[in-house]
Amino acid sequence: MSPIGKAFPRKEGRKKVTGKALYVDDLSFPGMLHGVTVRSPSPRGRITKISFEGDIPWDEFTVVTAKDIPGANYVALILNDQPYLAADFVNHPEEPILLLAHRDKYLLEEARRNVRIEIEEQPAIFNLEDSLARKEIIWGEDNVFKKYLVDKGNVDEVWANADFIVEGEYETGAQEQLYIENNGAIAIANADKGVTVWGSMQCPYYVHKALVKLFDLPEEKIRIIQTETGGGFGGKEEYPSLIAGHAALLAWKSGKPVKMIYDRAEDMVATTKRHPSRTRHKTAVTKDGKLLAVEIDFVIDGGAYCTLSPVVLSRGTIHSAGPYVCPNVRIHSRAVATNVPPHGAFRGFGAPQSIFALERHMDKVARTVGLTPEEFRRRNFIHEGETTATSQVIRERVDMDQLLTRALQLSNYHEKRERFARENAESNGRFRKKRGVGFATFMHGAGFTGSGEVYLQSVVSAEATVEGVVRILAASTEIGQGTNTIFSQIASEALGLDVDLIEIVQPDTAHVPNSGPTVASRTSMVVGKLVESAVTGLKQTLIGSSLLPHEYGQSEFKRACAEYIARFGSLKTSSTYQPPPNVHWDDEKYQGDAYGAYAWAVYVAEVSFDELTYAAHVEDFVALQEVGRVLNPVLAAGQIEGGVAQAIGFTLFENVVWKDGRMANNQMTNYIIPTPVDIPPIRVYFEENPYAYGPGGAKGIGELPMDGAAPAILNALENATGVSFNEIPLLPETLMVKLL
Amino acid sequence: MNNRHTVEFKVNGEARSLEVFSMARLLDVLREQLQLTGTKEGCGEGECGACTVIIDGQIVNSCLVPMAQVNGCEITTIEGVAGGDQLHAVQQAFIDHGGAQCGICTPGMVLAAVDLLNRNPEPTEHDIRNGLAGNLCRCTGYMKIFESVVRAYKK
Amino acid sequence: MRAFIPNYQLTTPASLAEALTLLESEPGVWKPFAGGTDLMVLLEAGRLAHRNYINIWGLNELRGIEATDTHVTLGALTTYTEVQTNPILRREFPMLCQAASETGGLAIQNRGTLGGNIVNASPAADSPPALLAYDAEIELVSNRGSRWLPYQGFHTGYKQMHIDPDELLARIRLPRNTAGLTHYYRKVGTRKAQAISKVCFAAVGKTGQGKLMETRIVVGSVAPIVVRCVQTEAALRGQRPDEETIAAACASLVREISPIDDIRSTAKYRLQVAKNLLADFLATLRT
Ligand SMILES: Cc1cc2nc3c(=O)[nH]c(=O)nc-3n(C[C@H](O)[C@H](O)[C@H](O)COP(=O)(O)OP(=O)(O)OC[C@H]3O[C@@H](n4cnc5c(N)ncnc54)[C@H](O)[C@@H]3O)c2cc1C
Ligand code: FES
Ligand code: FES
Repeated sequence: MSPIGKAFPRKEGRKKVTGKALYVDDLSFPGMLHGVTVRSPSPRGRITKISFEGDIPWDEFTVVTAKDIPGANYVALILNDQPYLAADFVNHPEEPILLLAHRDKYLLEEARRNVRIEIEEQPAIFNLEDSLARKEIIWGEDNVFKKYLVDKGNVDEVWANADFIVEGEYETGAQEQLYIENNGAIAIANADKGVTVWGSMQCPYYVHKALVKLFDLPEEKIRIIQTETGGGFGGKEEYPSLIAGHAALLAWKSGKPVKMIYDRAEDMVATTKRHPSRTRHKTAVTKDGKLLAVEIDFVIDGGAYCTLSPVVLSRGTIHSAGPYVCPNVRIHSRAVATNVPPHGAFRGFGAPQSIFALERHMDKVARTVGLTPEEFRRRNFIHEGETTATSQVIRERVDMDQLLTRALQLSNYHEKRERFARENAESNGRFRKKRGVGFATFMHGAGFTGSGEVYLQSVVSAEATVEGVVRILAASTEIGQGTNTIFSQIASEALGLDVDLIEIVQPDTAHVPNSGPTVASRTSMVVGKLVESAVTGLKQTLIGSSLLPHEYGQSEFKRACAEYIARFGSLKTSSTYQPPPNVHWDDEKYQGDAYGAYAWAVYVAEVSFDELTYAAHVEDFVALQEVGRVLNPVLAAGQIEGGVAQAIGFTLFENVVWKDGRMANNQMTNYIIPTPVDIPPIRVYFEENPYAYGPGGAKGIGELPMDGAAPAILNALENATGVSFNEIPLLPETLMVKLL
Repeated sequence: MNNRHTVEFKVNGEARSLEVFSMARLLDVLREQLQLTGTKEGCGEGECGACTVIIDGQIVNSCLVPMAQVNGCEITTIEGVAGGDQLHAVQQAFIDHGGAQCGICTPGMVLAAVDLLNRNPEPTEHDIRNGLAGNLCRCTGYMKIFESVVRAYKK
Repeated sequence: MRAFIPNYQLTTPASLAEALTLLESEPGVWKPFAGGTDLMVLLEAGRLAHRNYINIWGLNELRGIEATDTHVTLGALTTYTEVQTNPILRREFPMLCQAASETGGLAIQNRGTLGGNIVNASPAADSPPALLAYDAEIELVSNRGSRWLPYQGFHTGYKQMHIDPDELLARIRLPRNTAGLTHYYRKVGTRKAQAISKVCFAAVGKTGQGKLMETRIVVGSVAPIVVRCVQTEAALRGQRPDEETIAAACASLVREISPIDDIRSTAKYRLQVAKNLLADFLATLRT
């Protein structure tokens, strides 16, 4: 019986429900010190003085500044512009300047309060409009980290003769990942043995790469171990390189293990968030609702340093034109600098921002043309054989029409549309609750963009033990999304063994190969495929050595492993990424096959709007998607539900209040995420269409649910209130202003 | 000034006597002095529920309880929920029905669910949502948590 | 944890008398510590300025809910959970029960106390509007004796109140005169649960022959203290709750409150929602 598609319980579930799973803050080492970061008091300027004040036994403290860095003072990533510790100039109000360590946690905080940093301030800019307008040049020559241009056909020739031209502008705010486990790391470091870090992270090899540079040590002297990780959502993609480096610098200087765990206030104020964005659309359509030209200007606020902004921008750019076919497309996009802490990876990686704009805009275009949102989209959906904005020919079977039909049925869309229109019009002179329904149709590319996967050259190994247990070695991390379980199922399927005979090795760069970062919905689809081929290699080796027949049972497999290991010492195979055939990407022109495969989806939201309080509430949510083969229905639905809940927060609750570049509401009391009472029933449905190059037919799934909720909810709110809203988060305060 | 005091209490049935600062948080003492690291810290301000424990039959946020208030109390942490190898029905349901993803909210969530079912053996969906309202989860979107609670009592 | 814990002291007296003696002996040195749900949050953030506290959590003298023919009396340590489960309160003071059920989550309700809510003196606190609308009285005790005073007027400004350093809030008393009243309580928070109020509105009212005989209207989060809107109440007396009256009442309300912008909401929103709630309350009295 194939394990694919079965609801196997989470592999590490028992540890988690009994409190035995060990997260980084649960570890402790003899003689361990605690570490903290002293940050800039100002958004931008020159450091003029650092003084150690108060009644603090300063000689007991380990103090690290930029001068103590043995290697290069930058976080190695893309542009290497972010220092580990600012040496003389700060570019954002939470920039790390100095590190302290001490045995006593309480005294350490007292000491942190008593370090005084003086800054000669320089003018700073805090939003993308000011950055674009170059009110101040704060980065490079023009404040632009990266720009892309995607061109298909020629939009300029269309405007003059179009029946309709529809323009719109859309904005999204910053969003905090708010994993419940804060960032943290423990380091042991010395010149002799090198550097070892345990931490909460998504990408052990990112940290590894960064620490090799920071310490100027050979690769084998840096060892990174992922501990159980309490959520990431992108927030533990690049940031752990920073905190791991800081802990390691303190450990290096003190000669003792150093634990550095952020509290919630620090995690919120200092670490990455989703990039705020602004998108402009200009669309030409015929009078019967066919798209003629689409011009998109997409801008994201990258914060003070480049970090991953180019990659976030890339995904946002490619997704900005959606699952529609249009002969003429121009997308111009930029990531710009501001003096706020760097924005970074967050589930969806730029796509939720640009898809929000697109799917709001599609409703607007439909209204202008005089078609229903449904009919307008149906006239423009992309099909097999047609080309996307990047001129990628869609080679998989896509049936957005059918997905839309089914989603609208499941949500009772038409009946509700009619009923709500009637009910909303009735009045009894009192404040009412108005209702509305809306939807979004979208796609999400799985895996790295363009040639990303080819550059990565990911590797997975599989190793058998004498007991016939197969151990999977990969750097892909379990962060709650189910990596351990999914890999076990894939390996179990490929080998015909019980899931229990598969063991997933803890990601530790000393033992596991680099299977690439745990991002971009790539773990099941891309790395899972490598797991499949690695264990298949293992099986082939046994069969090739005549120790195992083609048809075998579990006990035969065990015996074969034991025999092979007895003869040859060990049994281990590896598999390296091979791109699917016919995937071509041009990084210069930004054209070609942006992703090997896409997930396709239709999300429908029903909302209520309370005239008394101006509060919008999602009452019902239908999420229908085609994600190839569903490997584990419980885990898959869990991913979708969690993503939709985060997206509801993104849309209606989660507002980062900025004050001079700093998050002012950096407490869970004041940064509002949904509680169990705020989430509607989220009804998840899958359509299956196996993908030939994914393991067991699977495509990526993790980021998809972040994309569609925001536009679906705002489309529903427009349906309820008759007013068009084009920015999120959409709080009652904004709704009120727009409606009065 | 020496603000250390002896505090006596029971954790998971076991009597304990500790020298602690009177204002030290129960959360820190559980995790650091008693090595009961199953109780998690998510916010330190009573907002997330990751630090939930049961004191004298009621759930509390252990990040908000100073040690001076623990004297003479009986505390149950996540480590005390299962009976030896036999998981509590709530724990088993969380495993079987996807109630735990990253697991960091899980100990608190399980305790809140156990407490809910103790008080209300057949809660409605409304009861479940409200009973767990002080426990935030960022991974699951709560659906599978609600389902796990329902399955735990329907067993 | 940002506080330097060794600097703090939390001492546990054996009785109320011992607690009062401690408060008296070193005036201003000691402050009460009840459920800790406000104080511990400040401690965590390193913003708890005061260092020495008396742990009153165990003082049974400050616990319990008692009813006589004319009053219900609640100990200052009454928790939100206790409020919600008391049958008399549920029947006669539903707004207090609703406030309790909408305060924090269950873990907060098990630990947070009415006394703490009052003395913490947040303008966004959720029980005070209900207590004020029910004409609560409070008892302050010290070694000098006990005094009862109307809760209305207790708070004088932001975190300012009529309590001396040697006094404890001991009890809260509610007159059992709610028969025949319409109760209207609405907390407008940042989300549906575990939320801080942006506006909190509590009111009771009674009509006779289509006219407003009596109203008591209280709004929280719209001024430095929770506001009992006495002028608006006066303006409403004897009026029919029609559109014109509602408009006049809203105009009066605006003069009685002074909301501000903060990280949770805007002055504009608070003002508008307070008016809407008042209008909605009055509309419920129309039928
Ligand atoms: C997560 C969370 C959610 C919350 N949600 C809400 C909410 O929705 N609505 C709301 O109104 N509040 C809320 N609060 C605030 C808090 O729970 C309440 O104000 C609670 O009633 C405080 O009571 P306590 O006993 O815990 O006070 P403590 O923290 O012990 O004390 C608060 C203050 O009152 C003083 N004090 C306490 N008791 C007495 C007494 N008997 N005599 C004299 N002085 C005294 C103390 O000295 C201190 O200054 C929330 C708090 C948290 C942490
Ligand atoms: S850590 Fe105690 S409630 Fe969040
Ligand atoms: S499972 Fe990750 S926070 Fe709940």
